Amino acid sequence: MTDTIVRNVVCTFCGATCDDLEVTVENGKVRQVRSGCSTSLNKFLNYNRERHLTPLIRKNGEYEEATYEEAVRRSAEILAKARYPILYGWSSTSCEAIRVGVELTEWVGGVMDNTTTVCHGPTMLGVHDIGEVSSSLGEVRQRADLVIYWGSNPVHSHPHHVTRYTAMSKGRFHDGRKGRTLIVVDVRKTDTAKLADHFIQIAPNSDYELLCALRVAARGDELEQEEIAGVSAEKIEELADLMVSCEFGVIFFGVGLTMSLGRHRNIDAALSLVRDLNSRTKFLIMPMRGWYNVDGADQVLAWTTGYPYAVDLSHGYPRYNPGDTTVIDILQRGDCDAALVVASDPISNFPLETAKRLAQIPVITIDPHPSATSIVSEIAFPSTIVGIETGGVIYRMDGVALMLKPVVPPPPGIRSDVEVLSDILAQVKKLKGS
Amino acid sequence: MKLISGRSLGQARGKVSGKFSEDYFRNAAVCELDPEDLKVLGISPNENVKITTDTGSVVVRAATASQRVQRGVAFMPYGPWANAVLSSETYGTGMPSFKGVEAEITPAHTEKILNLRSLIEQITKSQR
Repeated sequence: MTDTIVRNVVCTFCGATCDDLEVTVENGKVRQVRSGCSTSLNKFLNYNRERHLTPLIRKNGEYEEATYEEAVRRSAEILAKARYPILYGWSSTSCEAIRVGVELTEWVGGVMDNTTTVCHGPTMLGVHDIGEVSSSLGEVRQRADLVIYWGSNPVHSHPHHVTRYTAMSKGRFHDGRKGRTLIVVDVRKTDTAKLADHFIQIAPNSDYELLCALRVAARGDELEQEEIAGVSAEKIEELADLMVSCEFGVIFFGVGLTMSLGRHRNIDAALSLVRDLNSRTKFLIMPMRGWYNVDGADQVLAWTTGYPYAVDLSHGYPRYNPGDTTVIDILQRGDCDAALVVASDPISNFPLETAKRLAQIPVITIDPHPSATSIVSEIAFPSTIVGIETGGVIYRMDGVALMLKPVVPPPPGIRSDVEVLSDILAQVKKLKGS
Repeated sequence: MKLISGRSLGQARGKVSGKFSEDYFRNAAVCELDPEDLKVLGISPNENVKITTDTGSVVVRAATASQRVQRGVAFMPYGPWANAVLSSETYGTGMPSFKGVEAEITPAHTEKILNLRSLIEQITKSQR
């Protein structure tokens, strides 16, 4: 049989969305992947494992196979009847699907939240407060001579980030590690830290203190304590000197900042540090977005409603109040009475108490693969895999839009997220219209 | 101990191989500790340990941290095993407490590690 080689395929796993994969297709199946990281290889080579290919509806406590039309009708009934539904997930699907999701949320009067809420939600709050000095990853690759990863372990979370975009990338003005300094700040000596010129091992839950101390040191003021956040004043001053004296610095920060004590206040401090540094040199900051289209989920919500996540459309107009309209808080209060989950697994990814509350209400899932969430759902739709079986637009972690192309055909009869959501929306409009 | 959860390469690879795969179970149902802490707690690598927090408890496999943690810090990969003991408290920010949670770690030689399906049953049994 003839192999087809598809070049420049975008990897749809992490937010770095490497677009240099070479995928060999044989008989409509992925046979080989080149240029990808180990996670990417596993994703593309195992995409067809653990698929469910028929819509499932829970009847008398047990799942039964159902027709697509029945699953759409039942889903629309649940969502149309719900008083305050949540529509959650969205970071591992296309912008086209997310846009349909916004309209559906408006029609059912619910809350649309995406996985930003449990990764970089505090980053959004920090950016609202302080603002963000940023750029594309291309600028970083060409120019950065100082790269800092803070609370982020890209060797595990974004495996090609360091080699494609930062310390080990070949840029116009810096070729690989030569001439670039890599600093890692983390509570663990991670595999990324092992590559660093300077590793700062910080005490857990003390990022805010270290960031504030760095602001003091970068201003040239003296630190009054000998040790802050488990780091000596001497080391902090050395770090501040490196930051001030570089030509083009960048901080990539991970959920080590957003999930630790202080949450958005840590982000405020990091953004303020970078703002301060720009009075001395050129400095950027960028969150390490996790899922491949979590930035796209924020973008679509922002351009349609004005807000990036946790958007409450129950009043007929967008309301945004993280801590109140965020999905964890809504579930903890027990306010919602139905949920639609698209391309996400909150039963696995939410803390136990919140997962239990989600399991108490009717859930509809749209996901190519079975998950803990699809197993507890009332209705589970199979769907095509975005970036492998279906195209669409996504946003890389630096806000650059990329077009995905399908590399293999989907299993017969399996619809895309866009199709399933559009059909549910059409049915909801009929129900609400009448 | 201070418990932190985070991404690991093994957990990510296991996840894309299938949430119900052996690979995911092996890489996500684990708690990594400093070797000295393991000694003090009387736990050998690959033995079962019980993690207990204010939220609840879960049994997972113990491992020596290949990415060094400080004494007194325990690391668990993201997933339902870590989430079984992490708090939903967001302190009004929308973000639950995924890192820096106080936890007690004890040997659990005789206790079994629940697989994903059994964990889900725990989540749903009181509801259905």
